[in-house]
Amino acid sequence: MAECGANGGGSSGDSLDKSITLPPDEIFRNLENAKRFAIDIGGSLTKLAYYSTVQHKVAKVRSFDHSGKDAEQDHEPPYEISVQEEITARLHFIKFENTYIEACLDFIKDHLVNTETKVIPATGGGAYKFKDLIEEKLQLKVDKEDVMTCLIKGCNFVLKNIPHEAFVYQKDTEPEFRFQTNHANIFPYLLVNVGSGVSIVKVETEDRFEWIGGSSIGGGTFWGLGALLTKTKKFDELLHLASKGQHANVDMLVQDIYGGAHQTLGLSGNLIASSFGKSATADKEFSKEDMAKSLLHMISNDIGQLACLYAKLHRLDRVYFGGFFIRGHPVTMHTITYSINFFSKGEVQALFLRHEGYLGAIGAFLKGAEHDNPNQYSWGENYAGSSGLMSASPELCPTQRARSGTFDLLEMDRLERPLVNLPLLLDPSSYVPDTVDLTDDALARKYWLTCFEEALDGVVKRAVASQPESADAAERARKFRQKYWSKLQTLRHQPFAYGTLTVRSLLDTREHCLNEFSFPDPYSKVKQKENGIALKCFQCVVQALDALGWEERQLALAKGLLAGNVFDWGAKAVSDVLESDPQFGFEEAKKKLQERPWLVDSYSKWLQRLKGPPHKCALIFADNSGIDLILGVFPFVRELLLRGTEVILACNSGPALNDVTYSESLIVAERIAAMDPIVHSALQEERLLLVQTGSSSPCLDLSRLDKGLAVLVRERGADLVVIEGMGRAVHTNYDAALRCESLKLAVLKNAWLAERLGGPLFSVIFKYEVPAE
Amino acid sequence: MGTGRFGAPMERHGRTAATSAPSAGEPELGGAEEGRRREPLRRRASSASAPPVGASAEGARRDRPGSYSGPASVSRQRVENLRKKRPLFPWFGLDIGGTLVKLVYFEPKDITAEEEEEEVESLKSIRKYLTSNVAYGSTGIRDVHLELKDLTLCGRKGNLHFIRFPTHDMPAFIQMGRDKNFSSLHTVFCATGGGAYKFEQDFLTIGDLQLCKLDELDCLIKGILYIDSVGFNGRSQCYYFENPADSEKCQKLPFELKNPYPLLLVNIGSGVSILAVYSKDNYKRVTGTSLGGGTFFGLCCLLTGCTTFEEALEMASRGDSTKVDKLVRDIYGGDYERFGLPGWAVASSFGNMMSKEKREAVSKEDLARATLITITNNIGSIARMCALNENINQVVFVGNFLRINTIAMRLLAYALDYWSKGQLKALFSEHEGYFGAVGALLELLKIP
Repeated sequence: MAECGANGGGSSGDSLDKSITLPPDEIFRNLENAKRFAIDIGGSLTKLAYYSTVQHKVAKVRSFDHSGKDAEQDHEPPYEISVQEEITARLHFIKFENTYIEACLDFIKDHLVNTETKVIPATGGGAYKFKDLIEEKLQLKVDKEDVMTCLIKGCNFVLKNIPHEAFVYQKDTEPEFRFQTNHANIFPYLLVNVGSGVSIVKVETEDRFEWIGGSSIGGGTFWGLGALLTKTKKFDELLHLASKGQHANVDMLVQDIYGGAHQTLGLSGNLIASSFGKSATADKEFSKEDMAKSLLHMISNDIGQLACLYAKLHRLDRVYFGGFFIRGHPVTMHTITYSINFFSKGEVQALFLRHEGYLGAIGAFLKGAEHDNPNQYSWGENYAGSSGLMSASPELCPTQRARSGTFDLLEMDRLERPLVNLPLLLDPSSYVPDTVDLTDDALARKYWLTCFEEALDGVVKRAVASQPESADAAERARKFRQKYWSKLQTLRHQPFAYGTLTVRSLLDTREHCLNEFSFPDPYSKVKQKENGIALKCFQCVVQALDALGWEERQLALAKGLLAGNVFDWGAKAVSDVLESDPQFGFEEAKKKLQERPWLVDSYSKWLQRLKGPPHKCALIFADNSGIDLILGVFPFVRELLLRGTEVILACNSGPALNDVTYSESLIVAERIAAMDPIVHSALQEERLLLVQTGSSSPCLDLSRLDKGLAVLVRERGADLVVIEGMGRAVHTNYDAALRCESLKLAVLKNAWLAERLGGPLFSVIFKYEVPAE
Repeated sequence: MGTGRFGAPMERHGRTAATSAPSAGEPELGGAEEGRRREPLRRRASSASAPPVGASAEGARRDRPGSYSGPASVSRQRVENLRKKRPLFPWFGLDIGGTLVKLVYFEPKDITAEEEEEEVESLKSIRKYLTSNVAYGSTGIRDVHLELKDLTLCGRKGNLHFIRFPTHDMPAFIQMGRDKNFSSLHTVFCATGGGAYKFEQDFLTIGDLQLCKLDELDCLIKGILYIDSVGFNGRSQCYYFENPADSEKCQKLPFELKNPYPLLLVNIGSGVSILAVYSKDNYKRVTGTSLGGGTFFGLCCLLTGCTTFEEALEMASRGDSTKVDKLVRDIYGGDYERFGLPGWAVASSFGNMMSKEKREAVSKEDLARATLITITNNIGSIARMCALNENINQVVFVGNFLRINTIAMRLLAYALDYWSKGQLKALFSEHEGYFGAVGALLELLKIP
């Protein structure tokens, strides 16, 4: 059955300090703008959800209103930047012990400004119990929602919107958590909710699900029977006892029945023949630990067996486990996983969810917000505002655990546009954007965490410098530093806290933290200046290229793309040079490049291809602003256009480091068009199209791209994808398989990474791939 | 021979708890290798054990006291031929489970005067001892009500006796075999169950008895099919319950297993084995669960301090499990219509015991009842899922967990019918836990 559970008996926290241990305004954030609430009250934990809006500062770029080309002056920047306020939607979820419920409701009441909200959808076994309290405190009418419907709605939501939501758990392996890549189609699946009892639900579509079975032997049996057997009252303490026990003292094993013969028979003597089979005696005392362990195995095995039987009957292989029995407890995740592996002979995988505890609250919220149709949007987990998965140490004593979990937060940002798969992915279900899994690769993890730590002061400096007119920039930058630093420390100890740890997630977390403290675009002025310098060189570079013979020109264009890519403030090696020597030029960058043959060099194959018929349409993911985009990418685009290939140029929707944003790219293209008739006509005739990626990351996830981009790619029949830069072509997508030709280009501006790939700093990756027929 | 002599060494405070012990089995964490599953166990067990009885006797080392004693090679040949068809008395079948040893003994009633005269003393004394007593020591019991009369086996007429004693008294049994000089009668003893392996060495070194180890599932199937075919002294072996949920109207009715296949066989011993039987020789072990009779009795001992299976059942019969379990109606106030769950269904076994007040308010009888209901419902649920997966609609429940356990049988009957919407039928068999031992006896007699 659904989560109900503790009516008093084991509600933890009675020995804990009843006051809120964190400053409430850091927990209930953005409460003043909160519009809609939902609440899920379980046996011991309350989960509150609310929708709010966040006001951000964003850097907007705008072209100067020139009446004509001649108005341009040499000293003038190419466009103007203004900082504006933007309002975005965010979902807040807070999880806390039921003990705090009254204090929390009081706090919310005091800070609630919005009066439109009249009703609060509530779910969970405790919703009834606390109904009057909520109605009295918040002056909102409690609307009870069906527990299972909420759970399923919540489950669908996290599976669709949070990358790396689901994971398999493998005790004693490194890493313990193995996150799953999101499938485009999450249905059908089986949800096994282990609350006080067990409910097994088959979910077929967004709105269609069916209770196909259940069992009365669940978390309540472990808790209730465990309390009777061991006189231990609390669920967490029972689990702790179980983690220390030896079940073979209580259970009758196969070897107890067969003697030593099981070995010669090839039997596993350790199989349990009869749970509690040895306790059928009055002469013996059994330890609490042993009995708790035996009980844990008995219940986990039983749940696993039934889950497998139902999965088999309904031919499903994706089984998600949830409920308070599972909820992040390594002990039960382990026993359930073991049981599933045993009974399904490896055919079914036990999957767990990072935000399992929030499903009910999310579902109740969605139910209450149905007329806004929140499912039409894509959402993203905000790493800055979310607590991440709790420590998984089974040895952690229960009181500690309860304390550390006093308040747990999840924040999700509503993305302005829906995100979808790139239609050109060879196999969306097996696509993994990231090249290196840092949860798996301890050496790489150590390097990158240190790298990000060392780069932090530089980022802080740049953030402060980007807002010279702001009085509190230094203070905000200090807070940013503190936040990101603590995230890095969390990730050192719990690399699995936010899903698979990757260079991408480290970069994204930094961007989220910068945004959190109103540094929306620390590089806006640097980008503006570089774009200005590069635009001035554009014609000169193009003329030089045009003077070359065809074959020479192709190599020069390729080198140009790569040389441009050396200009990257995000890479420490380059930012050092750029800081000390602003005159560092395009030509010098070319000299820095490795001589051919490059580290990865399929240029000859590419040249061969260019001798053939033109591509129909190229999709290019641009990287940096300035020289990279203007002197590297645009001449290459121009050549493609001349060949008769249409070009879709995709740039980030929001800022990240010095990466060019979509709005910057529009201005740059306009300026180039003014100088170059080829680009001009291509823009006019829509043979050159500028689109946004939907992302604000220095990396690239081809499974979460702006829907408009995907539509265009389909319409135009793109048959070439060019991915440029270390973040997009090496940290991510290096191994991505596409259904069409692709070019992955990067200069390795990180000595460690270059060495890992077997080359020196500034090694070149020129990877041209043609899909197998 | 008196009871004391058989029983003396067995005088212990044991209990005649549940059940035979099939290789039920659930995984143990960490240790067990995944590759080793129970399916291979069955095959290995049958191939590793079971040397043909006749073959091993071919090299008979001892002079066998029996019907013939002629030294001539011709008469020897005749002895061998006859012997191959029909082994010498006594005829036993043994099933050594995790908790109980089940022994079947065929008592020939057609002994001729000549035979009687030639019958060796030890053989006679065994027969008299077993058939003239109903209890052996403090723990050995003959289930007189199960005795099958006037059975013809291998051309001999006689009665089949059913005896059980706790597995922990096995050493005493072997010692008795030694004292009675069993080895002078037989070199081979047909035995099944895990204990056939566990005690093999003891039989050999202490009792000078060689065990013929037989696969327990083969024996189980053989035993069931045979017993069903001979009936129960003119009555039907198989039965079912009509109106199982209604104490007034509930009726135990005979069931004729005309078309036994396919059949789901659920053997509830200390643990539970579930087999799908498609024909006499074609069956597979589908799964098993470690939540069986041993779990019921073990938990009852811990929760109530009871000491015998009978006591546990007696307590359960007086208890109220709804005080212990959390029902659907306790959570939803009635039926949970969204999912079609009736209010009386158990939502969480022992779920009320999460609350301190409710823990203090329950009696031992309530706890015993809840334990029984929990284990029984779970077995019913797993059996039902297996039946669905295997597409079988008749389910026969056997094993000593069901001995004098009408509550469990009626609950299984009701649960199967209710949750399958009448598609599945729960069947039971009078000789509950003795089929393995019968199968071992049939192996001895080489009855196919």
